[in-house]
Amino acid sequence: MSTPAVDCRGVSVRFINERRTVTALEDVSFQVEPGGFTSLLGPSGCGKSTLLRVVADLIAPSEGRMSVLGSTPEEARKARALGFVFQDAALLPWRTALENVELPLEVGGRRSLPAGAATPRELLALVGLEGWEGSYPHELSGGMRQRVSIARALLGGPRLLLMDEPFGALDELTRDRLNAELRRIWAATGATILFVTHSVYEAVFLAEQVLVLSANPGRVAALETIALPKDRSLAIRDTAEFVGIASRLRGHLGSVH
Amino acid sequence: MTIALDDGGFATNRAAAIRAAEDAFRARQARARLRRRILPVAGIATLIGVWAALVYILKVPTFVAPSPQLVAATLVGRFGILMTNLLPTAIEAISGFLLGNAAAILIATVFVHKKSMEQAFFPVVVLINTIPVVAKAPILVLLLGNGMEPKIAIAALICFFPTLVNMVRGLESVNPQSLELMKVLSASRREIFFKLRMPNALPYLFSALKIAASTAVIGAIVGEWIGSTTGIGALIIQSTYNFDSAMLYATVIVGSAFSVLFFLTITLIERLVVRWQPVAAV
Repeated sequence: MSTPAVDCRGVSVRFINERRTVTALEDVSFQVEPGGFTSLLGPSGCGKSTLLRVVADLIAPSEGRMSVLGSTPEEARKARALGFVFQDAALLPWRTALENVELPLEVGGRRSLPAGAATPRELLALVGLEGWEGSYPHELSGGMRQRVSIARALLGGPRLLLMDEPFGALDELTRDRLNAELRRIWAATGATILFVTHSVYEAVFLAEQVLVLSANPGRVAALETIALPKDRSLAIRDTAEFVGIASRLRGHLGSVH
Repeated sequence: MTIALDDGGFATNRAAAIRAAEDAFRARQARARLRRRILPVAGIATLIGVWAALVYILKVPTFVAPSPQLVAATLVGRFGILMTNLLPTAIEAISGFLLGNAAAILIATVFVHKKSMEQAFFPVVVLINTIPVVAKAPILVLLLGNGMEPKIAIAALICFFPTLVNMVRGLESVNPQSLELMKVLSASRREIFFKLRMPNALPYLFSALKIAASTAVIGAIVGEWIGSTTGIGALIIQSTYNFDSAMLYATVIVGSAFSVLFFLTITLIERLVVRWQPVAAV
């Protein structure tokens, strides 16, 4: 078996402040296979965003060991093996769409793309924003801004794409369309994706594997493999298999309260 | 088919109605534009009219308050003297503006990178800011002599505080997710400063600069009140002692006009530099 893209063993994260110590994650262990699509599903406050930030080397675990692409999270970050998509698109408002996608080439000691990697223009086309290169973020809709931030995260061909509720603030129709497109982008890029969401439907539709987290403290409640065909359209959500999986996951979520 | 075509001219009527509504909208817009241009002029004209009427009806003596006609005549007749005195004031105000704001931007940068510096020296800055300008002026004249230097220093000091406070806020109020993005990209502190904090602070900086543009002129004028022989401030003092109210008013108008011009220049530069708008969360 190949090295897992993410190997999380006994990770705990505690935040200490004046009033109390909060245990955000407790003894979390799971693996993600290279090229896989895993959803992290759980109620708000269950530490799923924290877990994603441990993978991205934004938060250090208090206990346990996190291994990313066979190395430490720090090494993976410095090697530019990670792409991160935030809930708020986090675009720089003084830069055009294209300039936002180009940002990773201006910081962190990177000035050029690896050989064969898609250019910023190609990535904007991949996320369906051809012709919008010169637009400023305030001229784009929420869904379009999030597409730009996905293109930015894909620059340089990261092997692991981390997404923190990227479609959480979008309307349902936009969200559905972006879900379908994300499956297509995943197939086109071959990257491993770790996707945080609190929507059961989104988690099941997108992923090959769903990790359910419970809240207070965040623990692994279930790890479910999604046995749905690789080629999915939005209509799959009406099939009996999909509804069955979704209700089983909802059961896991319910049992944790 | 005939049913679809024969709608009693409804489609034609509707198209005409939409056209009429569009025309009405455009006419309303044009009227609103005209109003926006005319009303400020009307406001100023009313003010001058009331002023002229009061001076005439109450028979106010000229040494107490001049009529607007007299002020206008003075503005034209003694334009040369007014401009000769505006020049040093303008140089002091602009130099002080540049110096004070440059210092504020630099110190804000230090404060953002070294919290201990902010904790040590921000109270000092607040303390200095509590001293009124009229009290700072004699201190600085004693320290720096009778030339342009104390006036420039006062103008600089008066600009310094609002710019420092705004700049620190602008540099610190970056979107936390943008900051995390920079960390994921392994950006250095320098890159985070120039690519994220600095552009983020520009709208805050320009709000402060617009305030500073008018206060710098006030600083220079107040500086000239103490033992100065040239400048708008000196001219104000001289004409007051000479009971030359028309000259006093003309001088004040020239000083204000310069302030307005300075403010408009900064506003123009802001429009060229800050072309974006802040984006709310998705």
